[in-house]
Amino acid sequence: MRTDPAVFLRPATWAEALAAKAEHPAARPIMGGTDVMVELNFDRPRPPALLDLTAIPELAGWERTGGLIRLGAGVPYTRIITELGDALPGLAGAARTVGSPQIRNRGTVGGNLGSASPAGDAHPPLLATGAAVEVASARGTREIPIGDFFTGPKRSALLPDELIRAVRVPAAAGPQQFAKVGTRNAMVIAVCSFALALRPADRAAGTGIGSAGPVPLQAPEAEEFLAGELDWTSPEALDERVARRFGELVAAAARPIDDVRGHAAYRRHALAVLARRTLTWAWDDYRRETAGAGDVDGQR
Amino acid sequence: MTPPMTPPVAPSRVESRTVPGGVGDSAARPDGVLKVTGEFAYSSDLWADDMLWGVTLRAPHPRALIKSIDLGPALAVPGVHAVLTHEDVPGEKHYGLDRRDQPVLAVDQVRYQGEPVALVAADHPETARRARDRIRVEYEVLEPVTDARRAALDPGCPKVHESGNVVRHQPIRRGDPETSGAEVVVTGEYEVGMQDQAFLGPESGLAVPAEDGGVDLFVATQWLHVDQEQIAPCLGLPPEKVRLTLAGVGGAFGAREDLSMQVHACLLALRTGRPVKIVYGREESFFGHVHRHPATLRYEHGATRDGRLVHVKAEIVLDGGAYASSTTAVVGNAASLGAGPYEVPNVAIDAYGVYTNNPPCGAMRGFGAVQACFAYESQMDRLAQACGLDPVEIRVRNALSEGSTLATGQVVDMPAPLTDLLERARAFPAPPPPDRSDARNLPGGVANTTRGEGVVRGVGYGIGIKNICYSEGFDDFSTARVRLELVGGEPAALVHTAAAEVGQGLVTLQAQIARTELGVARVTVAPADTAVGSAGSSSASRQSYMTGGAVKAACAAVREQVVKLAEARLGRTLGEVTLRDGELRADGVAVPLAEILAGEAVEETREYRHRRTFPLDPVTGQGNSHVQFAFCVHRAVVDVDVELGLVKVVELAAVQDVGKILNPVSLAGQIHGGTAQGLGLALMEEVQVSGGEIRNPSFTDYLIPTILDMPPMRLEILEHPDPFAPYGLRGAGEPPTLSSTPAIVAAVRDAAGLPLTRIPIRPEHITGT
Repeated sequence: MRTDPAVFLRPATWAEALAAKAEHPAARPIMGGTDVMVELNFDRPRPPALLDLTAIPELAGWERTGGLIRLGAGVPYTRIITELGDALPGLAGAARTVGSPQIRNRGTVGGNLGSASPAGDAHPPLLATGAAVEVASARGTREIPIGDFFTGPKRSALLPDELIRAVRVPAAAGPQQFAKVGTRNAMVIAVCSFALALRPADRAAGTGIGSAGPVPLQAPEAEEFLAGELDWTSPEALDERVARRFGELVAAAARPIDDVRGHAAYRRHALAVLARRTLTWAWDDYRRETAGAGDVDGQR
Repeated sequence: MTPPMTPPVAPSRVESRTVPGGVGDSAARPDGVLKVTGEFAYSSDLWADDMLWGVTLRAPHPRALIKSIDLGPALAVPGVHAVLTHEDVPGEKHYGLDRRDQPVLAVDQVRYQGEPVALVAADHPETARRARDRIRVEYEVLEPVTDARRAALDPGCPKVHESGNVVRHQPIRRGDPETSGAEVVVTGEYEVGMQDQAFLGPESGLAVPAEDGGVDLFVATQWLHVDQEQIAPCLGLPPEKVRLTLAGVGGAFGAREDLSMQVHACLLALRTGRPVKIVYGREESFFGHVHRHPATLRYEHGATRDGRLVHVKAEIVLDGGAYASSTTAVVGNAASLGAGPYEVPNVAIDAYGVYTNNPPCGAMRGFGAVQACFAYESQMDRLAQACGLDPVEIRVRNALSEGSTLATGQVVDMPAPLTDLLERARAFPAPPPPDRSDARNLPGGVANTTRGEGVVRGVGYGIGIKNICYSEGFDDFSTARVRLELVGGEPAALVHTAAAEVGQGLVTLQAQIARTELGVARVTVAPADTAVGSAGSSSASRQSYMTGGAVKAACAAVREQVVKLAEARLGRTLGEVTLRDGELRADGVAVPLAEILAGEAVEETREYRHRRTFPLDPVTGQGNSHVQFAFCVHRAVVDVDVELGLVKVVELAAVQDVGKILNPVSLAGQIHGGTAQGLGLALMEEVQVSGGEIRNPSFTDYLIPTILDMPPMRLEILEHPDPFAPYGLRGAGEPPTLSSTPAIVAAVRDAAGLPLTRIPIRPEHITGT
């Protein structure tokens, strides 16, 4: 109610939505509204039109093809938690930390990608798993690797006539973790967050850093370090020095600032702790999977 | 020397058996189901078919001169009905609770970011906002005064107001701290951030112009009559032409003591001849009401080696921001209660409340006593450590009791069972270690930051002393009108007061008192308005005492009339009379009230006053300044992830003496809520201000505790009646807000082994990064 856009568009099909976006490139797409409505309430953007995508059935589902989950842009976080916890544990873990139950019922990965906030909870696991964003316009469809998607604070590679159709996320091929620091125990925007995805088949690990830079980031040096240090074939208990060094490299990859939610120095410190802990948990899980249950003293 | 307090009259007889829905029962709230189901009409839901919407243009700078204002472009917007500045204020240009120093609309300068400069009324809120954005104001920006301690102590500091920056300096002097013979001395400097009341219903109301040239204002507030007293002169109207009715209040906690949109809506309504509604959004609300005073507190405690206090010295600086609001009274509390609930023979406290160009600060639950409590309780823990004593033991050794003398010379002449409260808190069983199978039991919760790594448990205690009712000689009273008559052949009571139900359950309580006093089941509480005399403010934990007292007194007067009627009808004098179950019982007979009241209505109005108080001596701070004292003890158990600086409060246990439980469910709600607000101050709630500007005016970044932050509570309630108070009750809403904060901070210190002298604690304070 703070702002009454001149035009409210509510296409019933994906084709209509693409046509509407072509005709009104400045229209702000809205799905769950958990970002858009907050911004409108602050009276900052005054979009000439809102493009409501909630009526489009194609966006509301997900499908699995081989090792790939194609997650429709309109699937709310609640469904990711209940339906995709096994296939996408990192993303599901992030989904659990989004807002409140009501917000998780409304908010979607597609919508939050559209906002491209550096603090978006879903973004680090997408980076860690090497996801791709499927975008479309009346001109056609293309796929943007997640690493190329975020171009600046709340800016993305999405073109004005394009809409997000889905996110393509590889199903987990190993342990995944997500951890987030906030100054209260729920319903909080991340001070910083970290995602880790182990890919034993590739002898590799992926990383994602949230809320500690102008865009969600990866930590390539930390990933390379792990690839070199970890013995995937006969995994031993994680060397404390490896965990520590990994944490330092993750912290070094961050580009945090001081703001009302936290200080840059704290964010780096916390990322190092989160990276160290999540690596320990993920590696313990991997050892457990490799060795069979029962002979790993992983959880303290 | 102030004269001694008069001895109490015989305490009122407490009913031995609880009347259903009467005093002592958990009577259901009439607004409860409506609020839970979202049906309750709050002030922001007010509507008139032909109404206009008012919006406020606010200053972007904390300190600036206004060089010019051009309203032309705003007036040219179609749909705009009025655009007003201070030149359009017909009466007094300034208002204020204590000093009339706050302009209705800025006059030539602004003193805080967000100060109202101009008003717009239009036929649609968006039209009004667009017009507001077209008003051209030319400012000459000045360097803001933002350092409260400098404002208090440096005569060279630029002046925010011509009168100087010190709104009040209150010394307290007792004995001589310099020759106290202290064997152990601990010092500390503490800082309290700016807390917001964070009520959920933003400032809002509807002003309707009346045919008599006056105005009817429907508004969410805490004290209708003090609003009326301030609004009428600004409008240039006599008070009787400014009639207020309480609209649905979505929380208050002190933030509605000051005026916000009241005069603005009335000005626009009177100018346009149309009803005008103003509703603040959340962001505007952060600029539209006062906050809790941020404070710096420097303390020195001296004790004997065995931990008995011999002196307390303190300098307390409270940042009042741009306008006085209730700063003078906040200073009075911080000073007079600054040594805490302890016996201290030698005291020197200097409390200052100052003007700065920071956001204005005023009333918030705990009111000056909160800031002091954090500091003196932190000091008691330091002292315990220095003396090698347990934190409860040092408090027990120094605790006040009935007959103790405060630093102000006032004798505590009511039960003060602090030792008992402390011992009971200590005796609570320890909660079990966290069940680590569910992340919600650990710091960080579902955010999955630990499986136990870095987690250390800590325990801490806090106790506070809060004055109940208005202090320092204020002539405080509440008015109640009670009518008893037959409705549909059954006796029914109508209670009418101007007391503001702000969510605390006062409407329920008024009916409970009428049921108990008149022995009738059917009681209606009329809407609160200015058609009846003042009830005073829903502040200072005073309404159960004051309006409860007034309703009780009015009921007693009604009962006397009923007895007279009965005697007239029966033709004889009655012995001891009780009213119960719709009957008058005397001399072994019961007469239905329906017979006594046939054809008659009995109506009585009474004003209730608490016992007299006196000002504090401006030099020595001596005086019987307070009506009543209330005490609460908290034990906090926390788990701290010391590597990440995250805190999970595991359990909060409280022991409080309330004199008399009037409504058990309401009381538990007050203690839970007050405790949660104290938790917020300890761990997360802060309006962050930099250079006079608020950096986080939203619930996105001003964090208040959620259900996952607030732990289960253990409560133990004691009832030692106060002989001076109705039913022996003690105000209950504020004390838990004092003690929960220092208890939690002490527990975090216990876990982390750090001094932690600033609240709210931020994660980086614990990690040292």
